[in-house]
Order: sequence, then C-alpha cells, then structure tokens
Amino acid sequence: MSKVLIVAEHAGDKLNVSTAKCVKAASTLAGSEITVAVFAAPGSKVAAQAAQIAGVARVIEVSNAVHEHALAAAIAPQLAELAAPFSHVFGPSTTFGKDLMPRVAAILGAPQVSDVMSIESATRFRRPIYAGNAITTVEVTAEKIVATIRIASFEAAGSGGSAAVEAASPAVALPTHTRFVALSAAGGDRPDLQSAGKVVSGGRALASSDAFKLIYSLADKLGAAVGASRAAVDAGYVPSDMQVGQTGKIIAPELYVAIGISGAIQHLTGIKDARTIVAINKDGEAPIFEVADIGIVGDLFTIVPELEKLIEASRK
Amino acid sequence: MDNSQPRRILVAIKRVVDYNVRIRVKPDGSGVALDGVKLSINPFDAIAIEEALRIKERGRADEVVVATIGPADCQATLRNALAMGAQRALHVVADAALEPLDLARVLLKLVEREQPFLVILGKQAIDDDNNQTGQMLAALWNRPQATFASKVELTDTAAKVTREVDAGLETIEVDLPAVITTDLRLNEPRFVKLPEIMKAKTKPLTSIPLGEIGGPGTARAKVQKTEPPPGRQRGIMVKDTAELFAELSKRGLV
Repeated sequence: MSKVLIVAEHAGDKLNVSTAKCVKAASTLAGSEITVAVFAAPGSKVAAQAAQIAGVARVIEVSNAVHEHALAAAIAPQLAELAAPFSHVFGPSTTFGKDLMPRVAAILGAPQVSDVMSIESATRFRRPIYAGNAITTVEVTAEKIVATIRIASFEAAGSGGSAAVEAASPAVALPTHTRFVALSAAGGDRPDLQSAGKVVSGGRALASSDAFKLIYSLADKLGAAVGASRAAVDAGYVPSDMQVGQTGKIIAPELYVAIGISGAIQHLTGIKDARTIVAINKDGEAPIFEVADIGIVGDLFTIVPELEKLIEASRK
Repeated sequence: MDNSQPRRILVAIKRVVDYNVRIRVKPDGSGVALDGVKLSINPFDAIAIEEALRIKERGRADEVVVATIGPADCQATLRNALAMGAQRALHVVADAALEPLDLARVLLKLVEREQPFLVILGKQAIDDDNNQTGQMLAALWNRPQATFASKVELTDTAAKVTREVDAGLETIEVDLPAVITTDLRLNEPRFVKLPEIMKAKTKPLTSIPLGEIGGPGTARAKVQKTEPPPGRQRGIMVKDTAELFAELSKRGLV
C-alpha cells in the first residue's frame, strides 16, 4: 500500500486548487492512503479546507507564525521530518512546489520525479521532457519517492471529505537565513492564470500596451484570466508573469482564446492541454490554426469588440 | 567572512540540445535523437554566467568560476563560458548522465573546495526539465536558496532576490553564502567577441575525474520509454464573428 504525504499550497487563508489536484493524482495510486500536511500561520482556515477534500484520510497542521509566507527553507526540514512513515511525498508542480520539493528530496536522500503527468504504478510515472516535446516513462527504485504533480494533467478531487485534523510541531531547528520581504501580486481581481477555467491571451499583434485593454475587457466578460505570448511580454506590453508558454506558465483551461498570437512552438507547448482553443489572427497561415479547435481569420481590432457585444447581448 | 579569501562565485552549467532545435523522438522509443544535433549551453545557465559576471563587474566579487559535469567534449561549453568572461573552469568528467541529487552531491564537493559566497545555476535544464539541482545543492549545503530569480541585489552579507512566482513577484532576503537559480528575465547574456574566444583558450581549465570527487551515481530513476506527445487535431474555421459566437455558444463556452 502506498502512504502518500501531500504538502498543501495556499495563500494564507485560501487553499490553492493545486492541492486537490495532487490528491486526485495520489488517489490514482492503487490502495493509497492520503495525508495532507498544512504549514500555515496560527488562525489559518486552510487545514479545515484541506480536510474537506474527498479522499483525504488525515490532515497534519503545523501552525507557526513563520509560515505566514511559504518559504522552502522553513518548510523543507519539517516536511522531511513528517515524511518518515510515508512511501511517497507529493507537492504541486507550481513555483511553490518546484522550489520546495527538491529541497525536501535532498534532505531525505530520495530521488524526485518532476512534473508527473500520470501514475502507472507506485514506482512508475510518466513525465514530459524537452518542454513537453517528448514524454518519458520512468521507473524509480527507492524506499521513498518525492514527486511534483503537473497540475494541468489532473482534475481537482471533489469536496465532501471530513478528515481528522491533527496538530504537529516537527522537532527540527528552523533556519533564520531566509526572510520574506514582499509580494507584488499580478492580475488584481481577475482569476489566477495558472488555475483559471478560461484564459484570454494577447500577442504581438496587439502592438501596444494600451491595446491590451481589448483583451482585459473580453476576459472580464468571460470571467477569464489574462495571458500573453512571449512576444507581447518581450515587447513590454504586459508584465512577464502573464506569459503563457514553455518558459512561462503551462496551463490547461477549458477555454483558451489566442488573440493575435501566431503560435510559436514555445507558446503551443504551454497550451496544448487546453480543452478548446480558439484562434483569432489575421494571418491564415499562422501555426496557431494547426492546433485551434475554432479559428477565425481577420482583424482582431474588429472581431474582439464584435464578439464582446454578442456576448453582452446574449446575457440581456 | 574571511577577508583574505577572494570573493568567489561558482556557476554550474550544463550542455544541452540547442533551444532552437526541434527534437525528434526515436521511433523505437529509446530516447531523443541526439546524433548531429547542435549542442549549446543551457539558456538559463548562460543567464547565470552573465549575472555572475555583472556582480564581478560591479566590484562585488573577485572571481567567477564555471563548472560542469559531463563527458569529455563538454569542455567546449566551458571554453564558451570562459570566453564570456569567467576566470577559471572546472570539468568533472562523467560519461554517463547523473541524476539531480548525485549532481548536487558533486557540486557540494566543488563548493567545499572553492568556498564561494554565491552559487548561481539555471533554474532548470531545457532537456530534462527537472528543476531540482540548485535546490538540492542548497539543502545539502544547508544554506538558503533563492530560486527563479529575476533580480539580484547584493550587500556584503545578504542577497535580496526578486523571484518569479505564480502569484506575481516575490522578494526574499537570504544570508550569504547562498544558492540562486535564474529565471529568463534576470538578464540578457552578452555576445562573445572573437578576441575573447582566443583569450579563453589559455584560461585555466581543470579536469577532475568523477571518481575523485563522487561516486558513479545511484541511478534510481530509469527511463523505460520515450514517446512523442499526443498531437492536437486541426479544428474548424469560421467565417465571421457571428459564426464564432454561435460555435462558442453551442459548446457552452460563453
């Protein structure tokens, strides 16, 4: 039987959906018993939220003011300590998990499998290499396996669980060599790009920072997050945290609308798991149309406002 | 910190298939075809070298040492790093690929020899995409890590690092010595000029057999099979916005 320990990702008071996705991944391991570890500041409601995820048997809550902001240096030694009775330790393949899990693996002397897309057995995993341009099947021989879960590959486990929450305080010294200074959040009130169900992205063809208002406006009508191609980021139209693609964010929304994006390989790598891709581009030969489910050739400055009006009209 | 020691930055680099090459999976599933493809320094590692050089040029470091772990012909990659401006190179000669934890163990040995105040690496290599080695080195060294850096500011005893995280930009402060891994927007690596390439040929490059500095590696994760990713089918084209809206409505997407 596999005993899986999952580290919860959260923003203070709200559990990130990546946690429920890790639970879903762990539940595909035959006969798995799933425990979620929550590192949070006192008073956080995150442990209670984790306890409601279907399939979670137990929640371990490590409550300490140190965890007001997630720091790998503080979490890693404690997570490694908690990991003793477990066969697998999972974290999400988000910047939180990518930062943390290798530090945990090194403390444990365990191998890590990064970006797990599917679990074939307790020791066999599939993962992408070369930015998703090849998929490998890896067999791991180790007493304990650390893995990061590619959240675009798994749906979130449902709710309705009622796991017991236990407090714990692992007996390890916490380092003082790493200090949180600040976080400047992206996007404001819009959904988070990484986990949004719908995403509208703009490319170089927008031709200015100002023209991105079109993208924001359509996104708000759809309740979508806003992304951008690397070309738009490099041109300075939008900040880099909006970049979708191999070197930016790899996403898997229900709906992806690519506006004025030609579809460079590195961009397509970031969206190929989207359920439906819509492409609006004036160049009918653009590679984005090779992967689009619905394509339209034309001027985005005409089509986008028209589309927005039609959406508006349909809701009256 | 001991003032008699040179302030040294160690940069760990890897040679990979050039990022412009469209890779091909071998039909028998045994891996990615590497014969005759262009090999280059991992782009994130070039950014790591550039950052180290800029820190030295600002007077905050005395020496930049580059290191790689790999087969004999990786020396060309190290020469390239020397041509960018690094002073010395270390080549740990290993014919078979090592797993990230084994790489981190070898790098720790180099850290113990060289006593750097900063180790900079790319956040990941664009072949295996593991994104592990820097964090593992920091853990084994029992020092701080600042991953996915887009800005680095140094004082004598600490580094203030802005990190590209999913939620936006996070700034942390870490005491030195520390490990920093680079993200794409930290800097734009310099072009190497011909005279620098000539000069790099005479810069010191030390070869260290893997056996002298670490074991042969644990090889606990074995790749069984490599496949191309499933392709996407080309969908439909619509002629105008009304048709686009109708199609989106039909699929319940608006």
